[in-house]
Amino acid sequence: MSIELRSVSKRFGDVAAVDQVSFSVADRELVALLGPSGGGKTTVLRMIAGLETPSAGDLFIGGRRVNEVPVQDRNIGFVFQNYALFPTMTVADNIAFGLKVRKWKPAESSARVEELLGVFGLEGLARRFPHQLSGGKRQRVAIARALAPRPQLLLLDEPFAAVDAKIRQELREWLVRLHNELHVTTLFVTHDQEEAMEVASRIVIFSRGRLEQIGSPREVYEQPVNEFVARFIGVLNVLEGPVQNTEARIGELVFPSHGVPDGGTLRIGFRPYAVQMSRNLGEFRYIATLRHTYFLGILLRVEIELDSGLVIKARITKEDYARLGLADGVRVSFQIREYRVLSSEAGPLTPEVQVPSQPHIAEGI
Amino acid sequence: MSSPRPRVLPGFRLTLGFTVFYLSLLLLIPLGALLLRSTQLGWAEFWHHVSSPRALAAYRLTFTASAIAGLINVVGGTLLAWVLTRYRFPGRRFLDALIDVPFALPTAVGGLALASVYSPTGWMGRWFAPGSPLGDLFGPDGLKLAYSRIGVVIALTFVSLPFVVRTVQPVLESLDRSIEEAAACLGAGRGRTFLTVILPALIPSILTGFTLAFARAVGEFGSIQFISSNVPFKTQIAPQLIIEKLDAYELEGAVAIAVFLLGVSFMILAAINLLEGWTRRFQS
Amino acid sequence: MAGHVSHHSSSHAPASGPTESLAIRCLLIGLALVFVGLFLLLPLASVFGEAFGRGLKPYLDALRDPRTLASLRLTVLLAVIVVPLNTVFGVAAAWAITRFRFPGKPLLVTLIDLPFAISPVVVGVMLLVLFGAQGYFGPWLREHDFRIVFALPGMVLATLFVTIPFVARELIPLMQSRGPDLEEAALTLGASGWQTFWHVTLPGVRWAVLYGVILANARAMGEFGAVYVVSKPVPGEIPLALWVDTLNSEHQGTAAFAVASLLTFLAIATLVVKAWLESRQHREMARGQSSHTE
Repeated sequence: MSIELRSVSKRFGDVAAVDQVSFSVADRELVALLGPSGGGKTTVLRMIAGLETPSAGDLFIGGRRVNEVPVQDRNIGFVFQNYALFPTMTVADNIAFGLKVRKWKPAESSARVEELLGVFGLEGLARRFPHQLSGGKRQRVAIARALAPRPQLLLLDEPFAAVDAKIRQELREWLVRLHNELHVTTLFVTHDQEEAMEVASRIVIFSRGRLEQIGSPREVYEQPVNEFVARFIGVLNVLEGPVQNTEARIGELVFPSHGVPDGGTLRIGFRPYAVQMSRNLGEFRYIATLRHTYFLGILLRVEIELDSGLVIKARITKEDYARLGLADGVRVSFQIREYRVLSSEAGPLTPEVQVPSQPHIAEGI
Repeated sequence: MSSPRPRVLPGFRLTLGFTVFYLSLLLLIPLGALLLRSTQLGWAEFWHHVSSPRALAAYRLTFTASAIAGLINVVGGTLLAWVLTRYRFPGRRFLDALIDVPFALPTAVGGLALASVYSPTGWMGRWFAPGSPLGDLFGPDGLKLAYSRIGVVIALTFVSLPFVVRTVQPVLESLDRSIEEAAACLGAGRGRTFLTVILPALIPSILTGFTLAFARAVGEFGSIQFISSNVPFKTQIAPQLIIEKLDAYELEGAVAIAVFLLGVSFMILAAINLLEGWTRRFQS
Repeated sequence: MAGHVSHHSSSHAPASGPTESLAIRCLLIGLALVFVGLFLLLPLASVFGEAFGRGLKPYLDALRDPRTLASLRLTVLLAVIVVPLNTVFGVAAAWAITRFRFPGKPLLVTLIDLPFAISPVVVGVMLLVLFGAQGYFGPWLREHDFRIVFALPGMVLATLFVTIPFVARELIPLMQSRGPDLEEAALTLGASGWQTFWHVTLPGVRWAVLYGVILANARAMGEFGAVYVVSKPVPGEIPLALWVDTLNSEHQGTAAFAVASLLTFLAIATLVVKAWLESRQHREMARGQSSHTE
């Protein structure tokens, strides 16, 4: 089922939890609603489910306007952050609840429950009560319960927040597999950008009740529409300095003014991978000292410090780090290959500025 | 709860010694004396007092009226707990404070006031008095509220009113709202959600509240003194029968019936402890 | 009080979710009000209606009656003797139970709660068995011309018995949840046992103590059944609650209700203080939680 929101708002008293949000999700997509807490993403999910009523705007599911359709009639599978299993019912009764409500025949209902117990690896636990299960098992029961009546949409609120880091990784992969098998349109809320990037085919980014950007993980990482998105997805170096004589100086770094008048301030941002380093101090324009190396697997993040004290984050592969002979405390020359000019926090970003290679010596001539 | 710690804190001997001494003096010696006295009666005499037709009639009224009062409070108390925890309306805090009136108001005053409200000339009783339209539905004598068995139920409902509310209220407050939302997402309406999801979670606390209310009502005397006509076989409850025996200088009879009531109280207490253990099972 | 209300509503703010239709909500609230009206509000109102029904003068006359004043004095005297004793007991019992481990602790806790389960009339019978004319100590007491039942000591004992649990019951769960850490910290800083108790333990539990005290006080001043058994209905020598009964049985309705109104004022004052203490506790808890998350 497709979903479409047209300038949907939700106000709680004077607070706009969701402000004029529009986006659509195609049938069978796996989409993440991402943002910091209080960003409005959970409210959007709850409005789609029918647990909240929009204050304004229109909500369509499968092309039908559902603003006034009560939650009971939307045929939605919702997985709550704390699972919300019925404590007085067994696992089997929890899963069968939606079937009983929809008046499935007992034989069909118990066959469906058996099937789901199998799919979710819960065989033998049918007669257990929720409080007798581990957190991971409870979550599987919650998802099985939500899927039992064959919902047209599966909505998950922070599905991985309550499990520990190791199980979380397994659950992410499992959710992707599940989605590939079931082909049910799936939306999940998360505040973890890594989780959204890894699991979702598209990401909707919210901040302070507004939709900031919607796109594939690659799009939002490589073409963020504003500074908020750029900073929220991945790591961003942000530098700013005063403009004088059509040049901005930030510590030792010099940038063109990019149209900012003299006396104004230029803000620029760049990803760590845009920093290119060399042990040959003559190779690039600027000189810095490598202060810290963070080992993140095959990629390393390093912090380099200029003589002015300016600190820049850079990223480098393990091979390049070894090939260049880098280590904490060595001096390197570096350049910034590409960067973007930032306006205000929420303002649009300019296209990327590609910096031609500027050998140090060339400037000296 | 706390891990075993060495006794570094002072005052163990002093406080425990005082506690045990105080309880022995005020509670255990009187209790023991009563039990001792009943054993001196001999089984035959004890049984004779405990199972006399008047005593049986008094127990029957005491227990049925207490049970009916408890059931009224199960319905009314659950309703009150629901309204107080789920809805916001003007006067909610006043209503909440009002629930504790039976704890704070001497039962004698409660009985006096109820007798006046439900007497044939009272604010409520007059609607059921002989000759009134509603009263005529019940025959030429109308429906007697105060000074009848109905009056006993009314008074016992009053004295035990807070128990169900105060046991259900915290459970309802801590009940996870998302389980109701989950039920709604799965297609259940509000009525069904209440019956299949909320009510089962409340049952242990409702039962505990009922048992506490019942225990309170079984022992009640003060309010009954005012609202019951104290007619043997009709409106006399067990504590009134004890008083009657005492007034007739039949200490033996009073002791026997008192020990019987005490035994019932202990059984109710055991039931309450079991119920509270059960309640905790679902609160993980 | 306003702070309490806003705190409450803010913590529930976005909890719209599924709820009942307006009509159902109004119906349920209405039914709840009818229930409370029939059993609580009407009787309360009737106390004042009957007490002042014949004007202020009969009301004041009833209160100025020397027998009423003597009853009032006796009622206050009972509370003044009983409440402090049971408060000291409650604090000592809570200290022993929550700060130490010893065999038989669950039994002790059950014993403390026992008076709530026992019919007051049965309590009276117990005292008669001990101190009455046919009781174990009856002959000895008569020989020495010392009266316990049908005199002040019997009323004190009866009232003590029925109010034993109040303070202990408030303190035990609170001190259990607070744990011994603060007291142990005070000891490591060199405080003596009494200093620790006065400066560390008591300030943390004083509202709970007060809560128990006002409830014990209300019960002590209003106890009927237990005192009824061990007292003689002599005007001026019985507490107010029993004086109400005597007046009522003598068909002095206005006087009975006038005296009852005194006890009703006591109940209202108790409820007001109780509500104040609860909102205060609520605030302190909310503060404790917010400092916890910081």
